[in-house]
Amino acid sequence: MEVALTKERALRQMRNKRTSVFAALVAIASMGLVSCGDDGGGGDGNGNASDAEFNAALDAVFNESDEAGGTLKFGTAGDWGDSVDPGNTYYGYSWNFARLYSRALVTFKVAPGKASEELVPDLATDLGEASDKGKTWTYHLREGLKFEDGTPITSADVKYAVERSIDKKVLTLGPAYFDNMLNWPEGYRGPYKDPDVNTDSAIETPDELTVVFHLKAPFAGFDYLAQLPQTAPVPKAKDTGAKYKEHVISSGPYKFTTYDAGKQYVLERNDQWSADTDPIRPALPDKITVQLNMNPDDVDNQVISGDLDVDVQGAGAQPAAITKVLQDENLKKWSDNPTLARTWYVSIIPAVKPLDNIDCRKAIMYGVDHTGFQNAFGGPIAGGDIATTMLPPIIPGHQDFDLFPAGDDMTGDLDAAKKALADCGMPDGFETKMAYRNERPKEKATAEAFQQSLSRVGIKLTLQPEPDGTYFSDTCGVPKWTKENGVGLCTNGWGADWNDGFGFESQIFDSRAIRESGNYNMSVNIPEVDQMLDAASNELDKAKREQMWGEIDKRVVQDAVVYPGIYAKGLLLRSRTATNVFVSEAYQMYDYIAMGAGQ
Amino acid sequence: MVAYIVRRLIATVGLMFVVSVITFSIFYLVPRIAGATPESLASRYVGRTATAETVHDVAESLGFYDPVVVQYGNWAKGIFAGADYDMGAEVEHCPAPCLGYSFLTKEPVTPEIIDRAPVTFSLSIGAAVIWVVFGISIGVLSALRRGSMLDRGAMMFSLAGVSMPIFWTGLMALALFSYQWDISPPGGSYVPFTENPVTWAKDLLLPWITLALLFSAQYARLTRSGMLETMNEDYIRTARSKGLRENRVVVKHGLRGALTPILTIFGLDFGLLIGGAVLTESVFSLPGLGQFAVQAIRANDLPKVLGVTILAALFVAICNLIVDLLYAVVDPRVRT
Repeated sequence: MEVALTKERALRQMRNKRTSVFAALVAIASMGLVSCGDDGGGGDGNGNASDAEFNAALDAVFNESDEAGGTLKFGTAGDWGDSVDPGNTYYGYSWNFARLYSRALVTFKVAPGKASEELVPDLATDLGEASDKGKTWTYHLREGLKFEDGTPITSADVKYAVERSIDKKVLTLGPAYFDNMLNWPEGYRGPYKDPDVNTDSAIETPDELTVVFHLKAPFAGFDYLAQLPQTAPVPKAKDTGAKYKEHVISSGPYKFTTYDAGKQYVLERNDQWSADTDPIRPALPDKITVQLNMNPDDVDNQVISGDLDVDVQGAGAQPAAITKVLQDENLKKWSDNPTLARTWYVSIIPAVKPLDNIDCRKAIMYGVDHTGFQNAFGGPIAGGDIATTMLPPIIPGHQDFDLFPAGDDMTGDLDAAKKALADCGMPDGFETKMAYRNERPKEKATAEAFQQSLSRVGIKLTLQPEPDGTYFSDTCGVPKWTKENGVGLCTNGWGADWNDGFGFESQIFDSRAIRESGNYNMSVNIPEVDQMLDAASNELDKAKREQMWGEIDKRVVQDAVVYPGIYAKGLLLRSRTATNVFVSEAYQMYDYIAMGAGQ
Repeated sequence: MVAYIVRRLIATVGLMFVVSVITFSIFYLVPRIAGATPESLASRYVGRTATAETVHDVAESLGFYDPVVVQYGNWAKGIFAGADYDMGAEVEHCPAPCLGYSFLTKEPVTPEIIDRAPVTFSLSIGAAVIWVVFGISIGVLSALRRGSMLDRGAMMFSLAGVSMPIFWTGLMALALFSYQWDISPPGGSYVPFTENPVTWAKDLLLPWITLALLFSAQYARLTRSGMLETMNEDYIRTARSKGLRENRVVVKHGLRGALTPILTIFGLDFGLLIGGAVLTESVFSLPGLGQFAVQAIRANDLPKVLGVTILAALFVAICNLIVDLLYAVVDPRVRT
């Protein structure tokens, strides 16, 4: 009995002790969880914390230094968007990054702010020489250029690079400008299938250092095509087609030493590259790493904690990080808020009744609450500035105009909307459907803002979420689908391939670009606009050309077939340690070839 | 016994065939009902400014103009006899079992799956060991000390573990242990076991514990209720009165009786996990099959999706087979 009682007491004491230990652990854990909201002063105090400011890298170089060495660490959520093969890639960040290991004929100047919009010669000695009213373009290569294996780079390598890029069965992912615009022989399918065909009608190499391009029609902006990575030289002997991305033969300061598909890339110095032949690249880091398939929130967290230097996609932080960063001064000063060459808008589709009547479309233009669109995308910093034109401000030729003023507070001009409804014979409003991409909460919020604000004038919208992955290939991008399903409005967005009116407008305003499926141009079918686009493409005078892009923009918006929403902005998180950080306006993200590794 | 195993294996092959047919159908036939054409399918795999001609070319090279049955036949043939793929500069032979080439990246699927499988195995096996040991121990202790603080604490913990979504616990764990306190490595760290076992274990510790937290809760509860049942049986009283040590009574007689349902659930859980611990891999940026599956689905990349789906089906089937065989070991009544 006594033994049992003692044992009981002992057990109870033990239990109590255990309880108190348990309770203490819980308390500590919960304190930890609470305090985790505060990330303190993210940076590792590398002597630059005092200089750090919000937007410090926007128009100026942040943390300037010419110290070489170290490893620059990139990371990305998901896999590399398409490929590191310069002939088979379309993402802006991929083009930016490709300049580390490949040199195109010309490239964007490596400088902060507006200066980066300028094209400067890279592989070539000068910008292109136009002749034959812009139908022929000639480039001269620098001397002494070598691939990473020591073989000299000649004009034949540039020609071959462009030739291989047009075989869309093998290299499916890159832009098709060269395919469409150069004067290829009839039926030419590329060097893999037609290796013996003479392609001098499209590209000539009169000597080892000269490349001459022949176009089907004059094109004044050819230098913009010459900056595409597709002109970066590829040695035919080492071309492995679709597998070339596994070992791209470098013409730049770095070469791939590790290509671990889906996991990581490592680049190290290319000893065959010389700064003597390359005035553009400082080439400061010794090593560059890219970690792939990271969790998107983790990428942001790692940049903040200093484990990573750059989110290579350059599209901006995730919503979670945006909220955290904007609320904390210590974090906000390590971020930059560039305006992108991208406009979020809504396509108003005239093929769907009653939107075939311009006045019914105008009712929408007047009736939408413009601030609602902006808020749906996250407000002025995280979302962007309210747009009244399609061309974003950073594209040369942008003209400021507001054809459908939405009132002083930008919430919509209901009187004008009602008048427009009366004009189109629907004074009590009408019904139609609005589609948006289901996986994008911002587009959902935009659709809801449209629904809500247009209901004020009797326009009833039924919202229809559609899957993101097949939005352009199967639903909104298919003219037959929108017509048959009565979808009059589709959320949309477009970023220029390069910052020039053609790069922005040609795909979304040219009715001749419209095909059976896969369309970004869902609603613009104006013959006059097509003619204006051609005229601008032919205009060799830069100032006149830029003026014309603005006019085209106005003409399209006038027809009320697109509702410009916002000029997108991104919130980029700055590396805590990298040097020479600045935003290139050409790519609207950090310039990857300027950066040094720091520490 | 051998005949039983052989029959089950044949059934597994049949299962994989059915799964592959269903996946194929979902990919090709469902869009067709919605009015898709080979061109609209192909436009998912081209760059932005592709012309109609490019789209047509791609559709042709990916075989979209062939009838679905033919496309399936070609794919199945690849598994048994290998296939040839045009890489442009050369023609590449993909040895059997060839699961095809990605529509988007033109990379062969089989090597990538083989490469990623060890990551998922490492994650799953490590977590499984932890949650089984931890979960069952807690369950046993809970059952034995029913009603005590330990029991109540354990059941509360199990409720929390099962309720907290892993994408939250994972991100919180990373935020605290990796970025705030610098105890564990940042997300995305993975070193193969063959390269450095110590680093391998250190890198996976946080994902293991996070994943185990989710499951051990379930197992604790299961074990507890199973134990409570068996410990009340007459044969337990008999065992005790025979003079056996309490340890032996609990483990050999009590736990063993409660083990059957746990084994069943484990078979299912583990099989599914091996097929792709999608959320954990995404949160911790681990380059495994789960992450692979998510990307493939997002990109509408059929060969990759097929590869992963079939593999997952295979694992689930095999795990279930092993579990069924283990029944005979655990529960003598099942042996015939």
